[in-house]
Amino acid sequence: MHSNGLFLKDVAGFLGSYYTGLAVMNAVAALILWRKKGQFGWAVTWAVFAGAMMILASLALSGSESLVPGLPLAARNLVNKLSGPVLYTLGTTALFTILFVFRKFFVQPMAAWMVFNLALVLMGLSMADANFASIVMKPDNVPIVGLVFLLAFFTWVATKQAVVNDERIKQGLPPMEKLDDEKVLVWPDLVYTELICMVAVSAFLLVWAIFLPAPLEEPASSVKTPNPSKAPWYFLGLQEMLVYFDPWYAGVVLPSLVVFGLMAMPYLDFNKKGNGYYSIEERKFSYLVYQFGFFELWITLIILGTFLRGPNWNFYGPFEYWTPYKVEVLNNVDLPQMFWVNLLDRPLPRAPQGAGTLVQIGTILLREAPGLALLGAYLVLLPPLLAVTVFRGFYARMGFIRYMIMANLMLLMLSLPLKMILRWTLNLKYLVSIPEFSLNF
Amino acid sequence: MAIGETIRNSQIWKSIFRHPMPLDRRNRIVVMLTNFFLHLHPVSIKKQGIALSFTWCMGGVTFFLFLVETVTGVLLMFYYRPTLEWAYNDILALRDVTSLGILRELHRWGAHAMVITTWLHMYRVFLTGSYKPPREFNWVIGVILLLLTLLLSFTGYLLPWDQLAIWAITVGSNMARATPILGYEGPGQQLLTIGGIDMITDGSDARFGLLGARFVGEETLNRFYVLHCIAIPLATALLLAIHFWRVRKDGGISGPL
Ligand code: HEM
Repeated sequence: MHSNGLFLKDVAGFLGSYYTGLAVMNAVAALILWRKKGQFGWAVTWAVFAGAMMILASLALSGSESLVPGLPLAARNLVNKLSGPVLYTLGTTALFTILFVFRKFFVQPMAAWMVFNLALVLMGLSMADANFASIVMKPDNVPIVGLVFLLAFFTWVATKQAVVNDERIKQGLPPMEKLDDEKVLVWPDLVYTELICMVAVSAFLLVWAIFLPAPLEEPASSVKTPNPSKAPWYFLGLQEMLVYFDPWYAGVVLPSLVVFGLMAMPYLDFNKKGNGYYSIEERKFSYLVYQFGFFELWITLIILGTFLRGPNWNFYGPFEYWTPYKVEVLNNVDLPQMFWVNLLDRPLPRAPQGAGTLVQIGTILLREAPGLALLGAYLVLLPPLLAVTVFRGFYARMGFIRYMIMANLMLLMLSLPLKMILRWTLNLKYLVSIPEFSLNF
Repeated sequence: MAIGETIRNSQIWKSIFRHPMPLDRRNRIVVMLTNFFLHLHPVSIKKQGIALSFTWCMGGVTFFLFLVETVTGVLLMFYYRPTLEWAYNDILALRDVTSLGILRELHRWGAHAMVITTWLHMYRVFLTGSYKPPREFNWVIGVILLLLTLLLSFTGYLLPWDQLAIWAITVGSNMARATPILGYEGPGQQLLTIGGIDMITDGSDARFGLLGARFVGEETLNRFYVLHCIAIPLATALLLAIHFWRVRKDGGISGPL
């Protein structure tokens, strides 16, 4: 274990201002609520909370190991021990599901404010851990912290309006946006808004640039490979996929499909409703598909790849030291091995010495038959099967080609979570493994 | 007061600004029609379309960040030479010697911010269903802009020529090695064989085309520099022009019918 003493002295100033900022923020909130009618109780709540934050701030400023507020060591160790890719994925999925199902509750300003404060306090407490802070405060990782909070904020803004609109539509009223359809002059209304946005962004960027120096490591050396070697953060979701797929699929085919799928989206979504206003109920299917892709398969994987993957791309808990000596047992098995050897108790089919090309290819096909059959069923049989069952309505409205493109894109998108599950439950490495043609899937 | 009046009545002022001060309704309309920069916008617009709660001003912020990157990028080019001998030292000097020492910070954090705001803008466009007819094609242009934004960021990542830079680009570009058929470790690369000679080797595959070499070296630095400073920004600027033009032609910011 590392001694936190020196580290706490270093971050005392930062944590002190952090909690002070929280206090000021909540004091302002209390003030605003106090002036509103009927919010007295909340005003008092946040004022008290602001006071508590001031206490945390002064404790943090002490920089002494016994006073700086942080999570107890036992708790941190427990989190480290429990966390892993499976729990992380299941946990974030559960979180998104709860937020979505109970969205009417979470869009209330006070509920959102509470969650926001909770997240910030948890963040502050975690920052008192040297291992956590060393990863999160790496200059190039700071934007991701910002991204998480921005995404939360804007999702809240959007969901709040969608909930109102969905309620209105249910009552036969037009969406809120419709109420504002009088025309105003662009000068001054829009031009001034833009100007203010520009000033605000400039100010924000200047402060960021002044307080956070850009990273510069040692000069490039093609012989000293850093461990871990990571792509820029916005590609770490792709790098994380390499755990489950070979580079040709995770690094080339899947990203191309993402781009293609995004471009195809407007032509596949035949739902005319929900055009030009926030709404969830009117376009639940496309909403859920998009959110699943964006949050589950893109954002959470980036966070995992950035904060929780250390040397050798091993998983490290949020408070764990990134020792390069951590060893993870890899006992993944290919499907042919499972089928021929483990299940049928026979050796893998192998072409006789000096066999012709055709025989060789035939043997490969026989060896990989179980995986190819599964893949074939998944990609060839499933779409028509879905077309006459779950997606019957879709099929009727989309026509053959559009439906097939949509179904295949969706199945390929789901190939990632399915492969994850197969890996976690069966230790499956490849469904199809043809090293002869560098083709593993 | 009088000075302002004199200036605004001078021949020079009037030759630059082709309209009186936008203080009354008529002149607020005239200003939008006669000013080059403002004519991107319509004269009047639905109140809903400019509500911050609707657009989050995210497209606007992304565009503004693009402009910030252009200006700071040009300034950085004054100080930076893309060669193995100088690249790293120039960046060091930028930190230690140059006055106005936050130029690099502004450019780097601006780039990160632009990636984030592009995602947020796209997220907003999705959530308001604004990709639906008649705006399908502008969404497609948007996806290309997203790709270009990521590529701008990626090519720029290499230029400081430190450990962070070359290894991030190495990891990223290693993917190209596995391109089906065209990468020398990709599935099916054996198919492109003519007369027993492999056409796809580590000296001719997709990755080689990207890097200009078998590994991330000086050729790569030069290639990424040109892409980063010239090719991709120009392509982005062109597509942005089309993007904005289409917003207007597709009937302005989307709204309920
Ligand atoms: C470099 C990146 C981009 C810039 C600078 C940009 C800029 C803008 C601006 C200024 C608007 C006006 C409305 C607003 O501010 O929201 C707009 C609208 C729009 N953008 Fe983008 N955009 C970019 C990328 C994208 C992407 C990635 C997409 C989607 C994939 C996209 C799709 C659209 C669509 C469909 C509209 C019309 C929205 C409506 O009418 O409500 N753009 N863009």
